[in-house]
Amino acid sequence: MQQPYLLTILTFLPVAGALALLLAPDDDHVLIRRLALITATAEFAISLLLFRGFNSQLAGYQWEELHNWIPQPPIHYHLGVDGLSLFLVLLTTLLTPISMLASWKSINERVKGFFICLLVLETGVIGVFVSLDMFLFFLFWEVMLIPMYFLIGIWGHERRIYAALKFVLYTMFGSILMLVAMLWLYRLTAVAGTPTFDIPQIQSMLSSGTITLPAVTEMLLFGAFFLAFAIKVPLFPLHTWLPDAHTEAPTAGSVMLAGVLLKMGTYGMLRFCLPLFPEAAHKFAPAIAVLAIIGIIYGALVAMVQVDLKRLVAYSSVSHLGFVVLGIFAFHVISIQGAVFQMLAHGISTGALFLGVGMLYDRRHTHLIKEYGGLATPMPVLAGLYLFSCFASAGLPMLNGFVGEFLILAGTFQRHADWSAWAALGVIFSAVYLLWSYQRVFFGAVTKDKNASLPDADLRERGILFLMAAIILWMGMGSPFFTRRIEASAQNVLQLMQRPQAAYDAGVIRGGAEMNSMNLNRFAMPANGNNAGTVNSK
Amino acid sequence: MYRVAPELVLCGFGMLVMLLAPVVPKARHGALAFISLLGAGLALGATRFVALYPGAAYSGLVRADAFSVFVHLIVIGAAFLAILGSVNYLKRENLDAGEFCALILFATAGMGVMAGAHELLTAFVGLEMSSIASYVLASYRRDEPRSNEAAMKYFLLGSFATAFFLYGIALSFGATGSTHLDLMTPLANDSSHTLLKIGLGLIFIGLAFKVAAAPFQMWTPDVYEGAPAPVTALLSTGPKAAAFALAMRILASIDGAAPVWFWALWVAAALSMFAGNLSAMVQTSLKRMLAYSSIAHAGYILVALTAAAASDHMEAGIAAALFYLVSYALVKLGAFLIVAHLGGEGERHVNIEDFTGLGRRQPAMAACLSVFLLSLLGLPVTAGFLGKFYIFNAALESNLVWLAILLALNSVIGAYYYLRVIVAMYMREPEIEIAAQPVPWTLALVLWIAVAGTIYAGLFPARIIGYATRAALNIR
Repeated sequence: MQQPYLLTILTFLPVAGALALLLAPDDDHVLIRRLALITATAEFAISLLLFRGFNSQLAGYQWEELHNWIPQPPIHYHLGVDGLSLFLVLLTTLLTPISMLASWKSINERVKGFFICLLVLETGVIGVFVSLDMFLFFLFWEVMLIPMYFLIGIWGHERRIYAALKFVLYTMFGSILMLVAMLWLYRLTAVAGTPTFDIPQIQSMLSSGTITLPAVTEMLLFGAFFLAFAIKVPLFPLHTWLPDAHTEAPTAGSVMLAGVLLKMGTYGMLRFCLPLFPEAAHKFAPAIAVLAIIGIIYGALVAMVQVDLKRLVAYSSVSHLGFVVLGIFAFHVISIQGAVFQMLAHGISTGALFLGVGMLYDRRHTHLIKEYGGLATPMPVLAGLYLFSCFASAGLPMLNGFVGEFLILAGTFQRHADWSAWAALGVIFSAVYLLWSYQRVFFGAVTKDKNASLPDADLRERGILFLMAAIILWMGMGSPFFTRRIEASAQNVLQLMQRPQAAYDAGVIRGGAEMNSMNLNRFAMPANGNNAGTVNSK
Repeated sequence: MYRVAPELVLCGFGMLVMLLAPVVPKARHGALAFISLLGAGLALGATRFVALYPGAAYSGLVRADAFSVFVHLIVIGAAFLAILGSVNYLKRENLDAGEFCALILFATAGMGVMAGAHELLTAFVGLEMSSIASYVLASYRRDEPRSNEAAMKYFLLGSFATAFFLYGIALSFGATGSTHLDLMTPLANDSSHTLLKIGLGLIFIGLAFKVAAAPFQMWTPDVYEGAPAPVTALLSTGPKAAAFALAMRILASIDGAAPVWFWALWVAAALSMFAGNLSAMVQTSLKRMLAYSSIAHAGYILVALTAAAASDHMEAGIAAALFYLVSYALVKLGAFLIVAHLGGEGERHVNIEDFTGLGRRQPAMAACLSVFLLSLLGLPVTAGFLGKFYIFNAALESNLVWLAILLALNSVIGAYYYLRVIVAMYMREPEIEIAAQPVPWTLALVLWIAVAGTIYAGLFPARIIGYATRAALNIR
């Protein structure tokens, strides 16, 4: 029933498109743009096939592929998706063609390189989401840096070189320590007798107690992984690369960066930090939650005082991603579902905001709020659609931002009411900075003569923004479509966090009966995934 | 005979080229380069004999084994590419091809001897053979003061280091009564243990100088900068690989070498990484920056050696070092040859500034150089990443967590200055107009080989690391 190579096709189709682009003549911009867009659209269409045959009841990996790659040390080409990564893959395949469309007219220099970078970036990001081998994961994680580096550095704005370098160095610092941690984990599996980089296999070794991590080791490993992901997210004190990178990147770069690249960090936390190192995760959770809450409030407050519209949207990401981290480290199934949903919602609504800002920039070549004012008069359509994205981002009910934030807050409330209370402040602040900036840009009389005659959104821009608005509304109204598919995997993350010893301790406190059922669950859940794995990989 | 076939071929062709040089008219000296290429190619083929007839030769002075074959392939391959890549350079700089190529062949023969030597004096002869040829090569642009300065520095400091090496051999001989690596066990008295330690320490200094490891790295930037760029390409790959090979042999063969060398290796690795990377950050000349970066890379390889020294079974560390040497040789050769070519006449344009806008001016060259720099940086899909990956793996296997973390930090420092070059090539507009330099086919071929090799080893390392592991297992 399932196509055996679907994920491979999804991962490498963009690169194939990029290679085809290499052969295209340098100055035939129309051909280059079309070819790139066709590739990206085909990619999106193919990614929709993932739904066919995706069993939302299964917690384990689906569409698995497993091949030998490097024998020494044993590294496998192992791909698969579950409820956590399914929609992130779709988000990537959706945002890539959209960001291509958004740069249709604004990129006129080195057009070929630009689209090649976008396509390679797509491969890197999808690869991260579908890799089930630590080595492969790391490979894609790093590969994705280079196209992003070029996107910011070549096609960005004034301080682009500084921003690009900062982005790469920050990420690299985190990821190289993650590599050391991965190898350390590998050594532990080797000592246990079955050396492997395979994530599900390591997971089951840890869950079954074949390898036990001493507390200090676990904390160090957790720290190394978490640091890499926290930089990517970015969590509060590590966020300083983000405003620069977002502001200086071209529109397509900002959309991809905010839309999917940041999610690689939160995805990594769900995939590695929680299930592999539960003890350490529990130990650090309060500290991380505090940082997340600081991020939520601080990001919102800083966004409020920005004079640069794009920087404002960038800081709003710090705030919104704080919610996601909070949801993850509340260890509640609802809050984790909410976190995954919020990743998608943020990708769409912040993506839409960046697209809107990009359209303004295309017209006036500035991001400064004071240069605008009263834009609703000359461009009512753009104003309306931008407002829609603002509402979504501010978490207005019926729109996608609300669902994510609500689930996160509701789930977190079950565990830590105080965390939830503090984080809720962020919801209020987000309405303040978004609507206030909106008011200054779009409402009132036209203050600058130049703005009076700006053209409204053309057909291409309308199409992009309407599509985003439709998705925002759909995600807001039809959220069960998403949460249903996320649920089993979110539950699974929590199941995987149980350890034999931990389950025993919990059992002593809560009583034996519960312990038994927990143990049963623990063995039942991964077994599902593994079975699916062996069948698919044949 | 078969077991030293590559050296015989190299020396034979070296002499042939020397003999032909006065006979062939000056204008046709380009042909001599191709004769030398043929020699290097045949020598590469001749390593097959070394592989076919494993065992000791000349009463144990030389050993033919998988390790020796592997290192032979690196050094002869490097020489082959260096000769091929310098054909056009020699013509442009109006330098005589005959002696140049002959010297490279002799130097390579010396490196081959070092790779196969299983006895310290033989190794010393190989070391001298390669060093003396390299001194001359470094001064090959004799009208250029910097080239002369480089050669003089290299010669003086190099001789000093070889003296250390020789003295080390003498003391070790005193302590053990033999210079055969497998027979060097200390005599049964206390003082000979101490003597062996001192001897090994001196040997270490000599070799550390040759591989440009801190704190014996001072000569490197000046020599690499002053020497003609193709010579630098060779110097930073071949002799380094040979000296590392010798170090690995000693480490694996002499009982008691590992504990004596462990801390020396540890400290030298850490110092080299920091010294190389921190100095490279502030360079304005690309050639000099690459010189400092090779100090840092020597540090990375020393991490692998430290890992080998710390572990009972040394395969992981030695295999990692060998793999790294392959990836490093490909990349450094390519990068220095690009610098040699784009530097223009007299190598005037070797500053990073001169590479601004290269992405537009010569997209293919810029792309190649980017691949090399990214490999030096250790980004996935390139050989450099897997090299680093194996070194990390070996270091963690030997529980050298701190050294692994230092290596990780240094990778990030390295990223800063490698990316700076990419920034210049792609993201800034040139302030001065520099004409594009058409790429001759010889250089294009070398670059293709280097790029293809870098990416192949980065994606499918199985075969290379397999050979490297076999070589590591056969070292004793």
